[in-house]
Amino acid sequence: MTKTNFIGGLTRRQFGTRAFFASAAMMAMLAVSPAVLAQATAVIEIGSLYEPQNLDNTAGAGQGINEAFNGNVYEALFTLTDKGTVEKGLAADYSVSDDGLVYTFKLQSGVTFHSGDPLTSADVKFSIERVTAEASKSSRKKSLSTITKIETPDDQTVVITLSERSISLPYNLSYVWIVNDAAKSLTDAEDGTGPYKLGEWRRGSSLALDLAPKYWGTAPTNAGVVFNYFTDATALNNALLTGAVDVITSVQSPDALSQFKDNAGFTVTNGQSTTKEVLAFNDRVAPFDNVKVRKAIARAVDKKKLLQSIWGDYGTLIGSFVPPTDPWYVDLTGVDPYDPESAKALLAEAGFANGFSFTLDTPDYDPHPVVAEFLKSELAKVGVTVDIKIITANEWYTKVYQAKDFQATLQEHVNHRDIVFYGNPDFYWGYNNPQVVDLIKQSESAATIDDQNAKLTEANKLIAEDAASGWLYLYPQIVVSASNVSGYPINGLNSQFYAANIVKAAK
Amino acid sequence: MVLFVLLRLLPGDPANALVGVGATPEQIAAARQQVGSDLPLTSQFLNFITSMARFELGNSFVSKAPVAGEILDRLSVTVPLTLLAFTLAVVLAVPLGILAAVRADRWYGVAISTVSQLGLAIPVFWVGILLVTVFAINLKLFPSGGYPRQGWADPMDALRDLALPVLTVGIVMASSLLRYVRSATQDVLDSDYLRTARALGSGHLEALVRHGIRNGAVPVISILGIELASTFLGAVVVEKVFALPGLGSMLLLAISQRDYPNVQGVLFTSTLLVLLIGFAADVIQRLVDPRLRDRSTGGVP
Repeated sequence: MTKTNFIGGLTRRQFGTRAFFASAAMMAMLAVSPAVLAQATAVIEIGSLYEPQNLDNTAGAGQGINEAFNGNVYEALFTLTDKGTVEKGLAADYSVSDDGLVYTFKLQSGVTFHSGDPLTSADVKFSIERVTAEASKSSRKKSLSTITKIETPDDQTVVITLSERSISLPYNLSYVWIVNDAAKSLTDAEDGTGPYKLGEWRRGSSLALDLAPKYWGTAPTNAGVVFNYFTDATALNNALLTGAVDVITSVQSPDALSQFKDNAGFTVTNGQSTTKEVLAFNDRVAPFDNVKVRKAIARAVDKKKLLQSIWGDYGTLIGSFVPPTDPWYVDLTGVDPYDPESAKALLAEAGFANGFSFTLDTPDYDPHPVVAEFLKSELAKVGVTVDIKIITANEWYTKVYQAKDFQATLQEHVNHRDIVFYGNPDFYWGYNNPQVVDLIKQSESAATIDDQNAKLTEANKLIAEDAASGWLYLYPQIVVSASNVSGYPINGLNSQFYAANIVKAAK
Repeated sequence: MVLFVLLRLLPGDPANALVGVGATPEQIAAARQQVGSDLPLTSQFLNFITSMARFELGNSFVSKAPVAGEILDRLSVTVPLTLLAFTLAVVLAVPLGILAAVRADRWYGVAISTVSQLGLAIPVFWVGILLVTVFAINLKLFPSGGYPRQGWADPMDALRDLALPVLTVGIVMASSLLRYVRSATQDVLDSDYLRTARALGSGHLEALVRHGIRNGAVPVISILGIELASTFLGAVVVEKVFALPGLGSMLLLAISQRDYPNVQGVLFTSTLLVLLIGFAADVIQRLVDPRLRDRSTGGVP
């Protein structure tokens, strides 16, 4: 939902401006509209809280590199659009064998890397193997584990052979940057095929993307973009207020929104995020190995009030781990609705008539400490005592994610299509329902998308019935920009931020 | 040694910054091997000592960039910030401090002391936020934060970005400095030699300038040294408020990621600089006060 009305991709304001200048230009017998000129030469200043730590998404660069580089500097065989659909990217066409095990891709022709080298099938093979390599830090490595062989019969053709069907292969390949196989260092340089190339990069401050000289696709509608990095949300908001940045990729401080809402100088868009605030139980240990206890906790928490107190009118309530942008979404908020009385009854049935107490490992950054306090007061009403233990993000990873040494924890899970975590009994939360494990496994080897969706929808319902975790709410994805800037993605799926269509009208 | 132990006492693992939710146990093991956190502490310590002895700061675990190069980059922000703020503080504090001492009985003498007391009491970040609100958001005179991509290639750009941070640190620093200058001047005013000088026919101002400043400067210089060093170390707060890519923000990030090479590199550099500043303060004191010079060369006081 946006606050501005779109007319054929332009905001009403721009349409007006363009129309005005266009007629003025015609009267002056000029060939080009000055407004269009102004837009195409503008450099867009983007403000973000997610600075990449290096430039390689297989070397632990963090989510910031996806924001800056996906689709901007690097392209993949497929593109995950802002709407959540998967479209062909560097793959011009592809076919799948009847058994679903052999994929043949034809590459776009005339594509060159920023260094000038042409794109060939060898580059694609190299790029995929970078993600599956032993040293790869990519969180998507596992999803490509069915690939057994990559062949390059000619420069324009790549043939991938799988050990078993993998219906999400095109989707998974949208994460695989196609890099030049001759590139030397990818942690502090790049060699991609995207519309932008790396410009000036100052660690701790900003990263500029300049127009790539010979882009094979449609050229961007701006003259380049600069990502400006902030560690403090207030400093970032100030930068937008003072005009130092044109757009903020993702607003994380709800209090700040009042400065921009109802202010004609700014546009606030409320898109769909995939970030879920999760109260994860350790389903292996008592009392959370008991479904009744988990359901009781789900019913004891007034999530609507929680979301309202943190985000005001923004954000979405979810009844499971699946956000509305995933194809297997169904509304499951009714499975365990807010009902403290039935929560007490369930606790009594489970043998905890007098309640119990547990330790909640809480990451030390927003919004987790506030959420923890809220849970503590809600659960106290049904006789459950929460002992809040604040830990750093780094400690969380060692203690909770790796050692699985916890009773319950809070965590924001950012990825799109990540229900698959519930199909892995070794995952940190230790949810193990053989039926779900099976469904998720089968869904990947499904022959059709419909079949895949049906299986995952089924799994989705089961995890909700089991109250596998406490799904508190879905974060909003709020982008704020100066009102003369438009064309940016509003959903931020997987932290992507395609910059090529951003336009900045003359004020 | 202390540095090494303290860093390892923090819970967590530097490898965690490299992998995310969804990583397999094999990937985590590979990351730990890459950064060396899978080695026993004794061999980690040996590696640490040998590289320190060779002045090798190594490469960051997370960014893979050479630590020394990044520190140099960051110093190009923090050093000018510190020096400019320091100069501003001295320019403000010295004349005002002397004035406050000499005219302690007038209303403005009292006013100066009171305002400086206030400046001491308020935290740096609050001054920063106040200045941003007034000068950046309302008056739109200066940027609210950030730093030019090309650094000092365009000095005016860099100075514009540094204006508010410098003012912030300068004001707070001037407040504490002013009080030292004021009490040093008061000591001088009460001294016998100044009374003698005036008895010999010098005017009040002339006596203060000819004899007072030099004598009063000695304790102030040592304080200046300490202030300069602490401003340098304290830049971390102001760098965060103004989103400056300085040494302080590098340290903060490195600690949260357990990026040991970066933490060690920054602390090593700042320790070195603080020692240098202390040394410089000592040398200047000796230049100003011949008595200290004699003592240092073993002469009779």
